[in-house]
Amino acid sequence: MVGAACAYYAARSGLSVTVIDRGPVAGGTTGAGEGNLLVSDKEPGPELELALLSTRLWRELSDVLPPRVEYEAKGGLVVASGEASLMVLRDLAARQERAGVKNQEVAGDGLRDLEPHLSPDLAGGFHYPQDAQVQPALAAAHLLRAGRDSGRVLLRLGEDVTGVLKGVSGDVRGVRTASGDLRAPWVVNAAGTWGGRLAHLAGVDLPVLPRRGFVLVTEPLPRVVRHKVYTADYVADVASGSAALQTSAVVEGTPAGPVLIGASRERVGFDRTLSVEALRRLAAQATRLFPVLSRVRAIRTYAGFRPYLPDHLPAIGPDPRVPGLLHACGHEGAGIGLAPATGMIIARILSGGELPMDVAPFRPDRFKQASPGTPRTP
Amino acid sequence: MPKSPSDRAAGDPYGRVYDLAVIGAGCAGLAGAVTASERGLSVALLDTAGRIGGQFYRHPDPAFGAVRPEALHHDWSAFAGLRRRLEAGDVAHLAGHHVWTVERQDGADTPWTVHAITGADGDGEHPVRVQARTVLLATGAYERQLPFPGWTLPGVVGAAGAQAMLKAGLVLPGRRVVVAGSGPLLLAVAASLATAGARVPAVVEAAGYLGYARRPAVLAADPQKLAEAVVHGAALLGHGVRLRTRSAVTQVHGTDRVEAVTVSRVDRDWRPVRGTGRRIACDALAVGHGLVPQIELATSLGCATRRTKDGTHALALDAFQRTSVPGLWAAGETGGIGGAQLARVEGEIAGIAVAAQVRDGAAPARDGRVRELRRRRERMRAFAGAMAAVHAPGKGWAEWLDDATEVCRCEEVTVGAVREAVDAYGARDARTVKLLTRAGMGWCQGRTCGAAVACLAAGEGPLFLPPSPERRPLAGPVPLGVLGSLDPSEPSAAPAAPAGPAEQPDTDRPDGNSGPRD
Amino acid sequence: MARDRTPAELVGAAPEQAPFEITFDGRPITTLPGRSVAAALWSAGVLAWRTTRRGGRPRGAFCGIGHCYDCLATINGRPNRRACLVPARPGDTITTQEGHGHAEIAV
Repeated sequence: MVGAACAYYAARSGLSVTVIDRGPVAGGTTGAGEGNLLVSDKEPGPELELALLSTRLWRELSDVLPPRVEYEAKGGLVVASGEASLMVLRDLAARQERAGVKNQEVAGDGLRDLEPHLSPDLAGGFHYPQDAQVQPALAAAHLLRAGRDSGRVLLRLGEDVTGVLKGVSGDVRGVRTASGDLRAPWVVNAAGTWGGRLAHLAGVDLPVLPRRGFVLVTEPLPRVVRHKVYTADYVADVASGSAALQTSAVVEGTPAGPVLIGASRERVGFDRTLSVEALRRLAAQATRLFPVLSRVRAIRTYAGFRPYLPDHLPAIGPDPRVPGLLHACGHEGAGIGLAPATGMIIARILSGGELPMDVAPFRPDRFKQASPGTPRTP
Repeated sequence: MPKSPSDRAAGDPYGRVYDLAVIGAGCAGLAGAVTASERGLSVALLDTAGRIGGQFYRHPDPAFGAVRPEALHHDWSAFAGLRRRLEAGDVAHLAGHHVWTVERQDGADTPWTVHAITGADGDGEHPVRVQARTVLLATGAYERQLPFPGWTLPGVVGAAGAQAMLKAGLVLPGRRVVVAGSGPLLLAVAASLATAGARVPAVVEAAGYLGYARRPAVLAADPQKLAEAVVHGAALLGHGVRLRTRSAVTQVHGTDRVEAVTVSRVDRDWRPVRGTGRRIACDALAVGHGLVPQIELATSLGCATRRTKDGTHALALDAFQRTSVPGLWAAGETGGIGGAQLARVEGEIAGIAVAAQVRDGAAPARDGRVRELRRRRERMRAFAGAMAAVHAPGKGWAEWLDDATEVCRCEEVTVGAVREAVDAYGARDARTVKLLTRAGMGWCQGRTCGAAVACLAAGEGPLFLPPSPERRPLAGPVPLGVLGSLDPSEPSAAPAAPAGPAEQPDTDRPDGNSGPRD
Repeated sequence: MARDRTPAELVGAAPEQAPFEITFDGRPITTLPGRSVAAALWSAGVLAWRTTRRGGRPRGAFCGIGHCYDCLATINGRPNRRACLVPARPGDTITTQEGHGHAEIAV
């Protein structure tokens, strides 16, 4: 998704782009996500700023892309089971509001006006109208298609990048694949969870780690959940860096029928083995929120690997260690949501345009204390 | 480890640890279970059905009081023998158990937990789990389907499905049933239907039976298979059934149910030959294009697979029926389609091998019985390989489709939508087609359309990805309330990945191994 | 062999229990004990008992062994039961399942 967005915005800036992927379109984490476009789960700071910009861009894109991408400005509903967690939500909501996030407190007895099937014993919650959802694989495929229709984007699928070409002064000159060398003055690393490996090919370190998540998918249903509904615990889990299994149910309907239930987080490398315990917790939490789901059947589950950087911020921008190399990866669980803003930033950097926001917090070399460096426009 | 007295103490079938859990009570599973049990192992035998026998020996409920159940079966005495041994032993037969996942814990004394849900269609309210030291997968196969215009009309049924409904329910889908597709099963189905009173105006086979003539050595090596074919062939002749080879049903006619089919000639690659269509009146069509090993429990555990000669994926097994995952054996169709007799042989090898492993911690390398069984297995596997090659779907089958034909029956995804995903949106494999069109995302999770979608997605050249075995981490539907009420357990504590890309266990490939989002 | 023999005659079926009745969309159907719901419906010439979610097309048993989920039916008020696996019991009420079968929980 991030790569598709980079290509789309770069092409719109007049650049010619080749997108290389070792797999098919949306073959990595994009195809394993829920398509969250969230502002509600983010603390004020650079990521929230990026998310707010993306929210605007997604709305624009929804006019460009066909309805099939299932963009829904459905809004989020964050609920608290008790007074204590409601207080935490209240504090977060107030701080988010100062940063430009719209939200509104909903009393416990008002929750079921928004979500009729919610459990009656919740203390209250917050409604976030800016939260939205998209079908990420379709969005990526259609964004790439729009880029190709512009005549400036070439798509090369099923090709593994085996090396990064460099000039005598160490600057990037392109990439090597099994079918030959591709020359380009700039290379954008949008390899997601595998971004660390591509960085390594270019001779730099970027500590992207996989953080596994399971999603449970139900049988097809009519609309039973209107918003993206999750509990206050989710915010804490997202911000945590723990390797242990964490689960906090995020429940949402889809236009296609099934209800999706995320989100678990654990750091176990690239292990796809089913975790019954993760599914048990997701199911228990989801049915506690929506008792109506207890008799509904899960018909599928899948695992994905979020690209995780130690400080939970993505790496966006030029790498001062290798001129010509840019990174656009490490968005953890928010890559779909943050993709358009990331793509726009990359495109502006490449075309020498004005940056839409301060990108210093996303400096790719920030994890190397020895060589702090400052980003420079190539 | 031999069984301890405490294992046998409890009467609760879920409260003990078995030496072996066998999943599937068909030929392979039955043979494996009784063999291991007779060699002293405690064995649990889980199966979705209420009665043993699997698909091949599916038979009427005792309530029918059938005095000649063998009338619809080949080699009934072999099954009767296995049933006697099961009844005489102390295998815990757990009927109506739908296994949805198998968990393995590295290094534990009881490494295996088999999770199941009970009930006739797995609609039970309570989850159960069976713990075991070893597992034998004998989950059989399901039928491969290739779509054609009109195949979703009521009255079009799977050939194996028609056979199953007849064997267990003593019913027919119609009075005049065309049997079509490819594979030796078609002859057996046609013979059963005709014997049970249906008129079978034609058996329509896309392959040419001449293919067998090119492999005389393998054929001669397996006289029993030949005998079986002769029996079916004779039965068909007796009923005036006409076998049309190199032909396919290319259109089904009718508004709310089948009224007729068009049968066309096909060339060597199964490409329909224009102008050869002939209409045959019928009120049902039984169709199937061979069988597909059912291996999702194993692929979810990371078992190695192999491509078979007809393009399916089967488990890669060693001489003692071991999968690539320690403690997990497999037998029968899961290792490649080969029929009931081969399944019995492989089940017995597995039973002996598991018993040797549990008792002695070693493979039964010098067991004379195993050597004999392995000889028979090799002969039958060679025959099965020849059969798979003869009936492998030809490249041209997709030419009998039109864009409006539904490929995915669950999600009603058309051929046109699949082709668009490939041609316009960069899909190069079944998984991406699924992500972009929902083909394979419905109730059956691609069991019915998977083969067809993989064919339609598979183009030529390096841009296209080789098909990968399908993975279904949930092997069946589970109510969320049931899933949520499982006993909590500690997640297997794997260490966090070390920092730094060079040391990352980067073995993952975006190769269709994960199921996609909705 | 006689062409009009039935499968039950072929295997010499002699049920001890008497045939019983179930209903399909209100219509009584008599069937033999030991049959699945799908087999009971087939024996009465009924081949479709579900309509699809999108096209509203009729569907019934296809794979016959519980894999394809085409035979989903509403049995005694409970939707999405696999008719080819669920045994028919005296008095069962089978209704044609429309689409996902969960219209009652729509919001």
